[in-house]
Amino acid sequence: MNDLFNSFMTGPDENGRFGDFGGRFVSETLMPLILELEEQYEHAKTDQTFWAEMNDLWTHYVGRPSPLYHAERLSEHLGGAKIYLKRDELNHTGAHKINNVLGQIILARRMGKTRIIAETGAGQHGVATATVCAKFGLKCVVYMGAHDVERQAPNVFRMKLLGAEIVPVTSGRGTLKDAMNDALRDWVTNVDDTFYCIGTVAGPHPYPAMVRDFQAIIGKEAKEQMQAAEGRLPDTIIAAIGGGSNAMGLFFPFLDDKEVNIIGVEAGGKGVNAKMEHCASLTGGRPGVLHGNRTYLLQDDDGQILEGFSISAGLDYPGIGPEHAWLHEIGRAQYVSITDVEALEAFQLCCDMEGIIPALEPSHALAHVIKIAPTLPKDHLIIMNMCGRGDKDIFTVAKALGFEMGEFA
Amino acid sequence: MTRIDDKFADLKAADKKAFVTYIMAGDTDYDTSLEVMRGLPGVGVDVIELGLPFTDPVADGATIQLAGQRALDAGQTLKKTLAMAKAFREDDNTTPIVIMGYYNPIYSMGVDKFLVAAKDAGVDGLIVVDLPPEEDSELCLPAKDAGINFIRLATPTTDAKRLPKVIENTSGFIYYVSMNGITGSAAAQADSVQPEVARIKEATDLPVVIGFGVKTPEASKTFAGLGDGVVVGSAIVERIGRGDAPADVLAFVKTLADAAHS
Repeated sequence: MNDLFNSFMTGPDENGRFGDFGGRFVSETLMPLILELEEQYEHAKTDQTFWAEMNDLWTHYVGRPSPLYHAERLSEHLGGAKIYLKRDELNHTGAHKINNVLGQIILARRMGKTRIIAETGAGQHGVATATVCAKFGLKCVVYMGAHDVERQAPNVFRMKLLGAEIVPVTSGRGTLKDAMNDALRDWVTNVDDTFYCIGTVAGPHPYPAMVRDFQAIIGKEAKEQMQAAEGRLPDTIIAAIGGGSNAMGLFFPFLDDKEVNIIGVEAGGKGVNAKMEHCASLTGGRPGVLHGNRTYLLQDDDGQILEGFSISAGLDYPGIGPEHAWLHEIGRAQYVSITDVEALEAFQLCCDMEGIIPALEPSHALAHVIKIAPTLPKDHLIIMNMCGRGDKDIFTVAKALGFEMGEFA
Repeated sequence: MTRIDDKFADLKAADKKAFVTYIMAGDTDYDTSLEVMRGLPGVGVDVIELGLPFTDPVADGATIQLAGQRALDAGQTLKKTLAMAKAFREDDNTTPIVIMGYYNPIYSMGVDKFLVAAKDAGVDGLIVVDLPPEEDSELCLPAKDAGINFIRLATPTTDAKRLPKVIENTSGFIYYVSMNGITGSAAAQADSVQPEVARIKEATDLPVVIGFGVKTPEASKTFAGLGDGVVVGSAIVERIGRGDAPADVLAFVKTLADAAHS
C-alpha cells in the first residue's frame, strides 16, 4: 500500500477540509478573493523564486534558524525528561508570527495588493504585520480588541512606531474574536486593494493550510537540530494553542513520525468548567462554524459563540485551527489545558532557572512540561516551542502578582 | 412552489415590484418584534426577512449587530425565532417568511431537525450568508429537498465566470447586494447597480431584488425599479433600536413600501 494512505500530512482536501473540519464559510463577496488567493498560493508553493525570497528574509531579516536550546537547569530541577526549547522568541519582533507574515505579504505583493489588514490579540501578529509592511512600504491597518489594546500597551506603541493604524474594537468583550469580526468587515468593504493577513491556522481555506506551511519551518528546523544534538527524534513535542499556528508549525513535520508524542496546550483560564471561563475549545467546546471554518468552538446550546477567558491575550480566542480539531478527533495529537495560575508559575520558574522571560502563551506549554517532565525518564527528549518573549506581558504579570511598577523606582 | 414563488408570480401579474423588509427576530424583545412583524403585510410588505440573531455577524454593520445583541440579551434563540414565525402564520398564510442569518445556530440545532421545524413554522426561504455555493451540501441542497427556498446573494465581486455557480442551486429569488461591504453601509449608487442587475437577469429567470444601502423612500423607489424588488433592513432596524413604537415603525415602513410600489 502507498504510504500516502497512512500519512497525516496530505490535508486539506480540495474543499479545504481536514476530515470534517475547515472549509470555506464566508460571504459571497469574499469567495472570489478566497479562490484567487488559493490559486496564487498553489502557484507560489511550487515556485522556487518565492521560496528563495522567503529563505533569504528568514535568514537575514528574521534571524532563522532559531536555536534549539537544552534547558539544562530546568531539566535538572524537574528531575526527569531532557528539555529542549525551540527559541522562536528570538525571531525579529519577538515571536513566531513573522514566519507567516512574510509569506503572506510576499504573496500579497505578487497579487498587487497595496493595503494589508490584520487582526491581533496579544499584538505579536500585529507587530509582525506592521514590521513587514514598513519594510515593503505597504499601508497597514490592525484590528485589536479594546480590552487587548489596554493589556498589551507596549505592542500597541510598537505598531504605531512602525506606521500602522490601530483600530480598537469595542464590540463584544473587545478581544481577538471581535477584532477578527471587524477585520472581515473591513475586507468585505475594501476587496479591491486589500489583503487580509490572518495570524493563525484558522479562517477559510486556504488560510489554515497556508499559515501552517509558512510556520512549518519551526518543526523542520527542530527536527534537524534534534538529530544533530541527540542523533534521533524527540519523544515528545509540546506547544501552546490559541488559534494554534506555532503549534501547527512545530507539529506538522512530525505528524508521520508516529513514535513522537504530540501535545497541544490550551488556555484553561480560571479552569475548564461549565462557566466557560477559559479558552480551551477542544477540551471544553464542540464543533461549529465561525470565521470561515468548521472547528471546535466555545458556544452555548443555541450555537451562540461564547467569549472565553484567558490571562493571555494571544490565547483568548473561542476557536482553534481546523487541523487541530481533526488531529484531536483522530487522536494523533493530545490536547490538554493549563490554568492562568499554572501558567504564571511556569513564567516565574523560567525566569528563575533559565534567564528567559517567556510570553504568557508559551508559559502555558511550559506549565505542562513542568507537570509531565518529572514523571518521565532522563533519556526522554522533549521539545517545547518557546514561541514568544515576555516583554509585552510584564505589565499583565506584574498586576497578577500584585506589583506596582512604580515601587521599583 | 413556495409562498415566495406565488408572491412573485402575483406581483408580476400585477406589474408590481416586491417590497422586502428585514427585521431582527426578538428585537427589542419577543413581543415587540412579533407585533412589528404582524403589522408588516398591512403596510405593504411583500416578503419578510426575519433575522436570526448571532453573536458574530461579520457581514453586518453596527445597526444589525446591535439588534442581534439586544435580541440575544432579551433571550431570543433559534427555537423562539421559529416559534415567532409560527405565531405570525396564525393570522397570515400568504406572506413569505425568509429566515436570514448565519450558519452556526442552525448547525448547532442540526440541519435535519432545523428544516423540519422551519417547515412546520411556515418558513419559506433561507438566506445564510456564510454558506457560499462551495458549501451547498451543508444546507442548501437539504433545504431544497425539504421544499424550502435557498436564496443566494450575488455581489459586485461575483464575476461572469462565477455567476452560474451562484445561480445553480438558488431558488425563490436572487438577492443582489448593491455594494461591497456590510449591511447599513453608505447609500448605494444606482448607476453601478443597473448593469450588474441586467447581467444577472440575462443569466436567470429568477426575480432579482436589490438590497444593502437602501434607506429612504426615494432610494426604495429607484432600486425597486432597477430589478424585481428592493430590500430595506438597517433603516428599519435603527428605528426599532432607538425605541420607536411599533406603530411609528410601521408608518415609516409604509412610506418605503408605497415608494417601492409606485
